[in-house]
Amino acid sequence: MMILQNAILELADDNLILGHRVSEWCGHAPILEEDLAMPNMSLDMIGTARTLYAYAAHLENKGQTEDDMAYLRDEREYLNCLLVERPNGDFATTMLRQLYFAAFMEPYWQAALNSTDDVVRGVAGKAAKEMAYHIRHAGEWVIRLGDGTDESARRMKTAVTDLAPYVDELFQSSAAAKAAEDAGILPVRADMRAAWDKTINHIFGLAMLNPQEDTFAQSGGRQGLHGEGLGHILAVMQSINRAHPGAVW
Amino acid sequence: MYSQGLIGADGSSDETPEFLEAFQKRIDAEEKIEPNDPMPAGYRRTLVRQIGQHAHSEIVGMLPEGNFITRAPSLKRKAALLAKVQDEGGHGLYLYSAAETLGVSREQMTDELLSGKAKYSSIFNYPTLSWADMGAIGWLVDGAAIMNQIALCRCSYGPYARAMIRVCKEESFHQRQGYEIMIELCRGTPAQKQMAQDALNRIWWPSIMMFGPHDGDSAHSEQSMKWKIKRFSNDALRRKFIDATVPQAEYLGLTMPDPDLRWDEDKQSYEHGPIDWTEFWNVVKGHGIMNVDRIKARQKAHDDGAWVREAALAHAAKRNARKEAAE
Repeated sequence: MMILQNAILELADDNLILGHRVSEWCGHAPILEEDLAMPNMSLDMIGTARTLYAYAAHLENKGQTEDDMAYLRDEREYLNCLLVERPNGDFATTMLRQLYFAAFMEPYWQAALNSTDDVVRGVAGKAAKEMAYHIRHAGEWVIRLGDGTDESARRMKTAVTDLAPYVDELFQSSAAAKAAEDAGILPVRADMRAAWDKTINHIFGLAMLNPQEDTFAQSGGRQGLHGEGLGHILAVMQSINRAHPGAVW
Repeated sequence: MYSQGLIGADGSSDETPEFLEAFQKRIDAEEKIEPNDPMPAGYRRTLVRQIGQHAHSEIVGMLPEGNFITRAPSLKRKAALLAKVQDEGGHGLYLYSAAETLGVSREQMTDELLSGKAKYSSIFNYPTLSWADMGAIGWLVDGAAIMNQIALCRCSYGPYARAMIRVCKEESFHQRQGYEIMIELCRGTPAQKQMAQDALNRIWWPSIMMFGPHDGDSAHSEQSMKWKIKRFSNDALRRKFIDATVPQAEYLGLTMPDPDLRWDEDKQSYEHGPIDWTEFWNVVKGHGIMNVDRIKARQKAHDDGAWVREAALAHAAKRNARKEAAE
């Protein structure tokens, strides 16, 4: 059960941490329409995380809740991939990060519709639709910015370079994920590569962007080995909850 | 969420007495005025100013609550707060659109907000200092705004009145959500209850100031009432709000921060103690603790986003040019 729990926590942490990052934009976006769109995307991901945390807590069977999972684990216990914790940077970086994540998660959740696990299938049904929309939304921005002004094209290229090291980790399965994949509970991560390449190549073509070649790929998130940004996310996110142990909100 | 009771109507007019009389007849007959209808210039100017201020209040109002999105103490509260702040932005979008029907653009209105020419509700110039502020803002600030906005659903200008119907439904949900946060805190640990009391102590007076100056000191209210842009006086709405809110505070077991507050048996209503109007006018004039930071945050979002907006326009132009070339 611990193994499945860790595999579920990886997915939950990815969604919560990226949902948190995107929520940092709320009230500070370039146009009002994006002030509305970004909380929406954030809500999709936090919603997915909540169901998965509740499931992980259920698997542990110690009376824990979704909030215990989110608020009472430290940096080394968080299992998200490195891509989702990357700082927002500028709007180009945020949109590219969202595109990379959604272009992975959409086929992943589609495949998870065939999971042997009821909860995973349930999450997948909703999340696959949401991720298809995120691809469309973020993809359209990547195209606009890549093929917009000289400045926006320059920023988009910088974002491609900056995020390139964090792509490969999406396709790597930890020992926990492999066990869940072997049991037919979760889809095989490496199998999403072709669909991801197809989505990104199509959008990059329209955005006049070239994929980054020859990058050193970073990894470690699934072992709780993160960059320095995650600690600050958790420090902020968990502060009130941890200041009042046992309180109900 | 918005209410300030400060907007005086612009009654100056070049129109003929016959035109003004015919317009007033339509108003008196409770007909809705629509964008293409003839209307006095003062009526148009008053509405542009009022709807613009209302829209700006929604947009600036995203900031104090946005301050707790990343710190919300449970995932359920985080999701609800995000959805709430998103609703406020949505109200802003609605209202800018309603104002645009009167011939002013969102860009113009945004410039006026950033330059300080246009105002927004002073309540947002107070800082949010604890999680309980998320409860108290929903309960009191949205509660006060609803009192004003329910009346605006019957405003004589059609697009504004219709926008207010949906806005009120959402605000009413926010108000109940805020009160529910307060209930949970007041049922909680002593520290949580103390947090709730402290939020009430800080937010109570600013929230009853949201109704604006006393009727006797409220300039030009009469013309707004005559045009049915405004339906009730500042004091009448304030009284209604206090009468509804005091029993809610009692239910929570919280103490109202007004030692002079008392029930008047004859009026069947509460009498409140003196309001510190010096503080109110200080904040209106820009000396609230958050005035400068709020506008700086809006200015920064505007400046940082300029290249994005330029790129979107440039891309649209390129796409159109390609389409034309292909045809």
